[in-house]
Amino acid sequence: MKLKGKIHKFGANVNTDVIIPARYLNVSEPGELAKHCMEDIDAEFTAKVEPGDIIVATANFGCGSSREHAPLAIKACGVSCVIAQSFARIFFRNAVNIGLPLMECDEAAEENEDGDLVEVDLSTGEINNVSRQKVFKANPYPAFMMEIINAGGLIEYTSGRLSGR
Amino acid sequence: MGTLAEKILAAHCGREKVRPGEFLNASVDLVLANDITAPLAIREFQRLGVSRVFDAAKVVLVPDHFCPNKDISSAEQAKLVREFARQQGVVYFEVGRMGIEHVILPEQGFVMPGEVIVGADSHTCTHGALGAFATGMGSTDIAVAMATGEIWMKVPPTIKFIYHGKLGEWVGGKDLILYTIGDIGVDGALYSVMEFCGEAIEALPMEGRFTMANMAIEAGAKAGICDVDYKAEEYLRGTVAKGKISGRSRSYSVYRSDEDAEYAGVIEYDVSKIEPQVAFPHLPSNVRPVSQAGDVELDQVLIGSCTNGRLGDLRLAAEILKGRQVNSNLRCIVIPGSQQVYLDALKEGLIETFIGAGIAVSTPTCGPCLGGHMGVLAAGERCLSTTNRNFVGRMGSPDAEVYLANPAVAAASAVLGRIGSPEEIAG
Repeated sequence: MKLKGKIHKFGANVNTDVIIPARYLNVSEPGELAKHCMEDIDAEFTAKVEPGDIIVATANFGCGSSREHAPLAIKACGVSCVIAQSFARIFFRNAVNIGLPLMECDEAAEENEDGDLVEVDLSTGEINNVSRQKVFKANPYPAFMMEIINAGGLIEYTSGRLSGR
Repeated sequence: MGTLAEKILAAHCGREKVRPGEFLNASVDLVLANDITAPLAIREFQRLGVSRVFDAAKVVLVPDHFCPNKDISSAEQAKLVREFARQQGVVYFEVGRMGIEHVILPEQGFVMPGEVIVGADSHTCTHGALGAFATGMGSTDIAVAMATGEIWMKVPPTIKFIYHGKLGEWVGGKDLILYTIGDIGVDGALYSVMEFCGEAIEALPMEGRFTMANMAIEAGAKAGICDVDYKAEEYLRGTVAKGKISGRSRSYSVYRSDEDAEYAGVIEYDVSKIEPQVAFPHLPSNVRPVSQAGDVELDQVLIGSCTNGRLGDLRLAAEILKGRQVNSNLRCIVIPGSQQVYLDALKEGLIETFIGAGIAVSTPTCGPCLGGHMGVLAAGERCLSTTNRNFVGRMGSPDAEVYLANPAVAAASAVLGRIGSPEEIAG
């Protein structure tokens, strides 16, 4: 599966409180959450982001609270993929579970800049920065996690297992 | 051989031994969610097409974050959780009988050594203080655990933290964990288990160990864990004896790391050199000793939360506040972590001390810690808090500042009107 969009660049330790502040967690509809995505770190984000766009950040993206509302908000505002040097572990699971693609890649996190146009091939892990004409290679998902991703998320994966029992 | 965490996971997937990096399906002993994360988990549970939870006695729902309901939307979420709890017959703590999830679970005998506990709350790692493998997850993972009683995991590596020496006065678990996070960084234990041990950990009361395990997530850890010693056994005797829980096992297994267990790292500290710590905005790793805090005037002090809302924490604060008044330039809020903590504090006269000092005492709630209610900050305001996170916007306005410290520093600062040491007023 290929994704294409422009980059929104963030730094290290982007936590789930800034991805979706708790003051908006009195609802859980993804569309409502999306209206406030990244509000406390970039107030213009929801106005700028377009379907297919890609978030790039450095280390420890998604640290803090376990709120699944964070990847839901990112996905619902049209972001197709998040690329980072590393992800906090709960966020990583949540994103896989709800079908938000993530890629871990040191070089891509460092060398891709805000506004660059990139193409991402999820099956090969290739990140092609069209603006800079440079290709990066992300770490592949472990085989076990690919099973969840290929099933369409954890609920679909588990439904399959339960019906097979 | 294995670490404490590896042994617990092995026992929960029917293997003799597991190694870091392996994927496994672990059976779970307890599944937890709250009023913010349960609505999403219930939605996903219903999508699974399963009619009942795997074991109603092992699923606990606690309306603690925005409860008592802060607004109409929160009330709707709490109602959804309550109705699901009634329909499924799971364990549910209603307002008036509840507390902050990570305070009430151990207190009411829901946490036993050697168990695997998963919760849709990042601070579920708190329960590792009793020798359990406890970890936070998202709502979809919790939905699957509620339905099947199992959850997939990748076995994490363990980092051993050894704390040598004697603790200084006014230094406790909060200071050790803040100091550690300051040393290793907010991703210093990413995807790892933090195993806390050494003379200083043995000297800590259970409250201090809960505080340390609680903030393991603030270093990126999957779990924080302590050995079960005589203090833990004594604590367990008290909670098991409460006997309030139907269907919960009263027996437990105590595991220990083998002498030749393999660690991803061993980090040692001499705690005698550590003074009370303060985490400055906007990361828990941004710590300084309180003596080097400088002149930081405060608008609010908060004492409570799953990190520091237990009876021992309130006793420390009251010791400093007794016969004193909170500075007139700030407001101070104390939130006991559970109804039991509140009642015990009342019986001991701590609540009288707080009210006499000019402090607002609230019913248990997570409330202001995550900017929910009961003490949200305005732009430009500064709060010193005994909670766990000082991220931008965490307690309200993104233009407010949050400083993290132990309850004694919080109480002293409330009197001084600025960040200060207990030594400045209590000697």
